[in-house]
Amino acid sequence: MNEFKKALPATVPVMAGYIFLGITYGILMAANGFPIWLPVLTAAVIYTGSMEFLMVEILSSSFHPLSAFLTAVMVGARHLFYGLSMLKKYSGTGPVKFYLIYTCSDETFAVNYHADLTGLNKTRYYTFVSLLDQLYWICGALIGSISGSLITFHTEGLDFVMTAMFLSIFADQWLKDQNAVKARKAAWDRKAEPDQKAFARQKSFQCRKRIPDKPERRFWLRKHLPELIGLLASLICLLVFGADRFIVPSMILMLALLIAFRPFLEGGESHVR
Amino acid sequence: MSDKEMIITFLVIWLGTVLTRFLPYLIFPEGRKVPEFVHYLGKVLGPAVFGLLVVYCLRNTDFSTSFANGGNHGIAELSACAVTLLTYRWKKQMILSMAAGTILYMILVQVVFA
Repeated sequence: MNEFKKALPATVPVMAGYIFLGITYGILMAANGFPIWLPVLTAAVIYTGSMEFLMVEILSSSFHPLSAFLTAVMVGARHLFYGLSMLKKYSGTGPVKFYLIYTCSDETFAVNYHADLTGLNKTRYYTFVSLLDQLYWICGALIGSISGSLITFHTEGLDFVMTAMFLSIFADQWLKDQNAVKARKAAWDRKAEPDQKAFARQKSFQCRKRIPDKPERRFWLRKHLPELIGLLASLICLLVFGADRFIVPSMILMLALLIAFRPFLEGGESHVR
Repeated sequence: MSDKEMIITFLVIWLGTVLTRFLPYLIFPEGRKVPEFVHYLGKVLGPAVFGLLVVYCLRNTDFSTSFANGGNHGIAELSACAVTLLTYRWKKQMILSMAAGTILYMILVQVVFA
């Protein structure tokens, strides 16, 4: 059960976020007059927080099945990205693969995508993470729908835990890429040494300053460009389209930019990662 | 909405959600060679999506409401984000960074800017 021992701490942040958000969702559903079992069922079966919150509204308004379907596809569109990123990681996981795909939520994707699997059985690890996350979400929804408005301690602002989670994953990714840049720079410095010595002999010793690093800057950009595109494309779309409908345009813009910059991003040492 | 309509709505939402999750795996089943282009997308989309998710979480940050009207011009969000990033850079402990950022945010919205 080594995998469980690793999976549990990895999902603790998700537990905090999911239970809190799940409770909020359950309370909201209860407040809108839906039966106790509905939030629990949707939590287990639909298992997409953002869609479930929207569902409270959709179920309370008039009947528009097509619009409901399109909303679900658009809200879920990010799962297409997760799927593409996890194709390789989830391959070879056997019969449990169906479950892993079904339960690949934002946070489960985040934890599994970044998992350090050294010495672990990946199928078991992925399964435990997926299972635990789903349980947290269901428990949250259950507690929320039962307790209704009984919660008395001040929870305002606790939902920031989600932001903080995505932010630290973003930072983690950034630092990893930054390490690649540093390693590359060190390699260049070693290689550049003899030339620089010759250069310094030729000129005065003041010229020992390193030659301006155009290739270095290009390498930095190559490593960080996907992150910058994600951040900037969505910021631009947020400003243009507003908070309620910027997700789909952001994804299109992001995709277009990533495709446009492919020659640059795949140039040189891009395969070393 | 009648019960029947609610069930239909529930089912189409379920279908739409599940479709987005399974589509990549249906198009590229195991054994079928995934094109270089898709591999490229898989590699660069991960980092890009987290940028999007950060912006998504912060999408409702209110920069305009004045202090007098209970706003904080986004100071709560921005400082909590800064603390999350700095502590991550310092200790590289995700839980620590998340706790630091969240606790600061809660104090700011509940006590300081209440």
